[in-house]
Amino acid sequence: MIAEAGLAALWLAAALALLQLVLVVFGLAGRKEELLGAVRPVAVSQGLLTLLAFLSLILLFLRSDMSVMLVVTNSHSMKPWLYKFAGTWGNHEGSMLLWVTVMGAAGSAVALFERALGRSTHMATLGAQAAISLGFYAFLLFSSNPFARIDPPAADGQGLNPLLQDPGLAFHPPTLYLGYVGLSVAFSFALGALLTRQVDAAFARAMRPWVLAAWVMLTLGITAGSYWAYYELGWGGWWFWDPVENASLMPWLAATALLHSVTVLATRDALRAWTLMLAVIAFSMSMVGTFLVRSGILTSVHAFAVDPERGTFILALLAIYIGGAFALFGWRIGAVREGAPFELVSRETMLVVNNLLLSVILGLVLIGTLYPLLTEAFGHKVSVGAPYFDRMAGPIALVLMIAMAAGPLTRWRRDRFRAVAGRLLIPAAVALVTLALVVALAWGRIGILPLAGLVIAVAVAVGSVAPLWKRNLRRTPLFTWGMVIAHLGCAVSLGGMASDSAFTVEKLAAARPGDTIETAGWALRFTRIMPIAGDNWTALQADMTASRDGGGAVELHPQSRFFASPPTTTTEAALLTRWNGQLYVVLGQETGDGRWQVRVWWKPFVTFIWLGGIMIALGGALALVGRERRGWLMKWRARAAA
Amino acid sequence: MRKMLIWLPLVLFLGFFGLFASGLLKPDDRVISSKMVGRPLPAFTLPAAASDRPPLASSQLATGKPRLLNIFASWCLPCAAEAPQLMALKRAGAEIDAIAIRDARADVDAFLRRYGNPYARIGLDARSAVQIAMGSSGVPETFVIDGKGQIAYQHIGDIRADDVPMILDRLRSAQ
Repeated sequence: MIAEAGLAALWLAAALALLQLVLVVFGLAGRKEELLGAVRPVAVSQGLLTLLAFLSLILLFLRSDMSVMLVVTNSHSMKPWLYKFAGTWGNHEGSMLLWVTVMGAAGSAVALFERALGRSTHMATLGAQAAISLGFYAFLLFSSNPFARIDPPAADGQGLNPLLQDPGLAFHPPTLYLGYVGLSVAFSFALGALLTRQVDAAFARAMRPWVLAAWVMLTLGITAGSYWAYYELGWGGWWFWDPVENASLMPWLAATALLHSVTVLATRDALRAWTLMLAVIAFSMSMVGTFLVRSGILTSVHAFAVDPERGTFILALLAIYIGGAFALFGWRIGAVREGAPFELVSRETMLVVNNLLLSVILGLVLIGTLYPLLTEAFGHKVSVGAPYFDRMAGPIALVLMIAMAAGPLTRWRRDRFRAVAGRLLIPAAVALVTLALVVALAWGRIGILPLAGLVIAVAVAVGSVAPLWKRNLRRTPLFTWGMVIAHLGCAVSLGGMASDSAFTVEKLAAARPGDTIETAGWALRFTRIMPIAGDNWTALQADMTASRDGGGAVELHPQSRFFASPPTTTTEAALLTRWNGQLYVVLGQETGDGRWQVRVWWKPFVTFIWLGGIMIALGGALALVGRERRGWLMKWRARAAA
Repeated sequence: MRKMLIWLPLVLFLGFFGLFASGLLKPDDRVISSKMVGRPLPAFTLPAAASDRPPLASSQLATGKPRLLNIFASWCLPCAAEAPQLMALKRAGAEIDAIAIRDARADVDAFLRRYGNPYARIGLDARSAVQIAMGSSGVPETFVIDGKGQIAYQHIGDIRADDVPMILDRLRSAQ
């Protein structure tokens, strides 16, 4: 019954989306207020129905209902409950249901909470949101039904990919999807504004919190995914330039650019067309990412449910939505008036530089990701790896970081070049000192890019807190704090990346119990090897104690885990976190003479990468709360005055 | 100028769309085409892998008559599954030599006793050196060698029952 109820809820939600679209089209075209009045309740009901469908699927997974195909192919009754729960979206159909659920929830939120947008633009936005949802409902219902039954029911399920059996699964996909699909709101806003031609500062102020919210979630999702890959895959790397990672990075780059251009539009009423364009591109990148993952046209570690038929379906959706949005843009943008002009040396220019650099990086990542596809069309097979991305995007990202430090120190509208340079004097001095220190201590052992990364990270860290200089910290608005923390987060993250690639020490040893492995000041004593059993796995676990410079010993337990269903071996790395880095220990194969391969990394300040990511998201959240609170306060004061 | 720029995103997207569509609609290329076809076998001399079969050298594969060269191992399950098809090929008149990969003579003997022995000569490639030189990445694989010692065809994976006529065809056309 639960599966049928879920399916029914999904069909009803799709019907409501269609109704929502029809109401908006006829309501706006015929100026029929009675039709438009029904749009918001319909949008909210639609959101609730998708939520109901999603909860049904979660319930089916928690109960291990083996009469449902999806549960049989992706779950197992012996699995711990957390992975039954999170396993709901650890597969193609479930994750697409999560996608439409987030989309329905976002539509409901726009219907319920959006008050700043003009009436007709608000309605057009909800119509656009319904139109996008319809495509994904059709995809789910016609080619990826998560509620399909099998008859007779299976005795038990086939289990979930053990790499996914990790608490990361409970957190990473939902946050990432909130980000991906949250960007659909900005997309719908842009379509709505193009239809009504109302693009101004008020529009930007209305759109900004939605962009911020999606961007915060996307940042968290990417950060979580990076850390998960880092500890679960056991390679010691934190970013692999895999097509699917790029698929999450591209919307993030576009959303970051959008976040800054929407601020220019909100503050100075400039960059109108560009902001709309970015809003369209950001969500388009989310959809392109989905297409790349689901169609299997690129090889990736995330390639589940590789199915050309589904690929064709999503490609058709891409053509309709992205092609349609760009066509609408071309048709209508001429009618949007030019925004306000600005001087060459101004905050606006710095934000344009930010946007241009982000766009160039986005373009490079897009080309690198699609290049194999392009050459294959001409009969050659190539793969594009980390060296391309590091060398192409790395230097531009470093320039972007410098612009990031200079931007907040430049005044809106008009500034003097010498004044800006004067404000950058301290960060520049810090950069020189850092450069001298690193060169003196590590010359010859450090590459140019990590060196530049370290120097710029330190200088930008100083520069990013400079906007607080000489300010009354208690009266500094929350959104300024948000910006400072997010920018500081970028510097912290860059510092972690540079330090990891410059100073990581790796050691591969063959050791037998009783041996001690020494590397980077750590002494790792290999005590014994023991078989242990978990809920649905058995493992060989090495007991080790690590101590540094004769200090106290800490126990470490790297494992080689074997899962019976499906039969897979995973490595569970043991991580020891210190304030100045992480010790990363992986237990490998037995060499045959009683010794075991043990791989040990000492990664100085590697945790800063994700700490920075969390700071960036926190900064975004503070900016969101700060802006909204200011809006509430102003409204409240106006009401009190009246 | 502005007019043109406005339509640029759509034009770019159409380009991407064409690319995606071509990637999606192109025929499935999961069949790996061998880079070794048309090239001569690498020169090798291998010791005997089985007690009752002579050893194998590359010169013995250039006798003027096309032969099959099967790469197998006693520890390889698909090789056992492939054995009846090799026997069928031998009955159909094919001459088959073999290279046993990372194997031991006693194990090869036991394998051949159990699954049949269609081979004329068997060489032992204890460290996969010849296998790698031949461009073979796993077991089982089967090469069609023409009379001049050149590789005419490389079959990756086990020979299924419905592959047998195709292999015989390849053998005949390698003449």
